[in-house]
Amino acid sequence: MQGVPVAKEELIKNFNQKDMESIASSGMDLSESMRCASFLQQDNKVLLQRSLSDAVDILSTPQALKKFPRLKKYFGKSFKSLNRDYPKDTEGGYFIRVKKGRTVKLPIQACLFLKTKKFEQKVHNVIIVEEGARVYLITGCAASSVAHEGFHLGISEFFVQKGGYLNFTMVHSWREDVSVRPISIAMVEEGASFISNYVCLRPVREIIMYPTAVALGSGARVSFNSLILSHPSTLQDIGSRVIFKAKNAQAEIVARAVSLGGKVIARGHLKAEEQDVKAHLECRGLLLSKQGIIHAIPELETDFRDVDLSHEAAIGKISRDEIEYLCSRGFSQQEAQAIIIRGFMDIDILGLPQVLRKEIKELEDKTLKASL
Amino acid sequence: MLDIKKLSVAVEGKTILKDVDLQIGKGEVLVLFGPNGSGKTTLIKAIMGFGGYSVKRGQMLFRDKVINNFSIEEREHLGIGIMHQHPPKIRGVKLSQIAQFLCKNEKKIKDLARRLSLEEHLDRDINLGFSGGEMKRSELFQVLLQDPHLLLLDEPESGVDLENISIMGKVLNDYLARQDKSALIITHTGYILDYINAEKGCVMMEGEFWCEGNPKEIFESIKKSGYEKCKECQWQKKS
Ligand SMILES: Nc1ncnc2c1ncn2[C@@H]1O[C@H](COP(=O)(O)OP(=O)(O)OP(=O)(O)O)[C@@H](O)[C@H]1O
Ligand SMILES: [Mg+2]
Repeated sequence: MQGVPVAKEELIKNFNQKDMESIASSGMDLSESMRCASFLQQDNKVLLQRSLSDAVDILSTPQALKKFPRLKKYFGKSFKSLNRDYPKDTEGGYFIRVKKGRTVKLPIQACLFLKTKKFEQKVHNVIIVEEGARVYLITGCAASSVAHEGFHLGISEFFVQKGGYLNFTMVHSWREDVSVRPISIAMVEEGASFISNYVCLRPVREIIMYPTAVALGSGARVSFNSLILSHPSTLQDIGSRVIFKAKNAQAEIVARAVSLGGKVIARGHLKAEEQDVKAHLECRGLLLSKQGIIHAIPELETDFRDVDLSHEAAIGKISRDEIEYLCSRGFSQQEAQAIIIRGFMDIDILGLPQVLRKEIKELEDKTLKASL
Repeated sequence: MLDIKKLSVAVEGKTILKDVDLQIGKGEVLVLFGPNGSGKTTLIKAIMGFGGYSVKRGQMLFRDKVINNFSIEEREHLGIGIMHQHPPKIRGVKLSQIAQFLCKNEKKIKDLARRLSLEEHLDRDINLGFSGGEMKRSELFQVLLQDPHLLLLDEPESGVDLENISIMGKVLNDYLARQDKSALIITHTGYILDYINAEKGCVMMEGEFWCEGNPKEIFESIKKSGYEKCKECQWQKKS
């Protein structure tokens, strides 16, 4: 770890116009006007960590481990519980704690920014939402215009404790020559909710991720929603997994992928290790180019009879009927196509909180307009 | 307005329309009858230029332009509007989005939506989960916002309850009468005839125009004797 957080003016000076645009395109609002806490790490340097709410602690993970020794037990805990290993050579990442019973109205934001060519950014984030607390978190991941051949490894451990609510939105805004490996596990306790919204519309060379949520207690709810745009010569191997270790829990996985010529592997896995579980998995794909590949791999797994697991997947090209229908209303062929794609990539499939909806919609509109 | 000469149209390699001649003048309303599968929708879709309806022969003139090679949206821009018999559902595309594209007058959109009881549908994905009657109302709503010179209405009242037929009929009649608009209306039920002022009707049989006459009289005769009797009826085969 290098560097200490700097003042806002200093921080802004650190970025050129393109950096600012890239950071903004990942949902990070440097004005902090509609945010209650912020964290920004560039390569391996933490540039900003500030909480405007006494309900929220936000700081770099290494600092947090020093400052709050009793929280050490959380670091790596979710991996141990699933008997999984995780990379130890991380530098930084954010630690967020939302205090018991507190509801935070404005989102917390975090940004992981790749600035330097060939840099390998490796972070370990820990997010604890204590009993009954409610919070929105938006994490943006972005790359500078010169971060060629960059690499990002992001470990995230979420602990949503009894009755807590975490709405986590992640926006990826990488470059066509950056490779990315997010690894995350969410531990969702009794009566708690974990909602994950993932948006990846910019090119990325390769991204492989299979975030997992574990429903640990009765009444736990999990939802994974993703919008994926795949550019030529890229690979996005993206899944969502929910493991049910408690009765009376629910989950939903929804993915929409549009391929402009790249390869998308849309995985989904629902595993019920307990009964009285209800979960649905839905994946829809639209292929706009002959080169594009979308491979949906849904998996449902259980030893119990008393569960309700289902999935549906549909992949195809844009229907001519829909295009012609819009043309008969006066849209050009291109306009009709763009409207259908944007409708397909409906941000309403995400479980976005109202305070972020407009922002993310504008962000999506801008990115799609540039891409289509 | 619309002048079709010797039009033959094939679908999937099969000829459906054979040597169809048809004229619709400014302010004129033509009512088209005909049994299931006789080619009525095919005619409308060929006029609108949908893919898969290939014109084998003949000419389509609209407002003195040969439109045979025009794209769908060019025909729309010229002033042809269609109310689809089976419109597709489009996920994520709101009815209001299309309405706002068709008409820049927000008040006009609101008023028409209210008249057609579609205010709550504006914010919904187009046709997704719409009932049969709601779909018809949404189609009429859109095509009227489009404000075309020629309306092509494919069974506007099929599956619509009587109260809503009356509402739709009045809305449609206002439009036609006020602005001297033309229309081609396909109907099986004939209910729409009670609301609009149509002077011309014709019957399509196996891809050909069979006869022409007063629409109410034609409808009464179909009601009484069915299409089977059409072939031997008192009216002359049109050609
Ligand atoms: N895409 C298609 N592929 C194959 N056949 C088609 C296609 N479209 C239309 N047809 C055929 O063309 C004929 C005319 O169909 P059309 O839809 O024009 O009938 P219609 O007069 O509108 O009937 P209805 O009153 O039932 O709506 C039918 O036999 C129909 O099966
Ligand atoms: Mg028809």
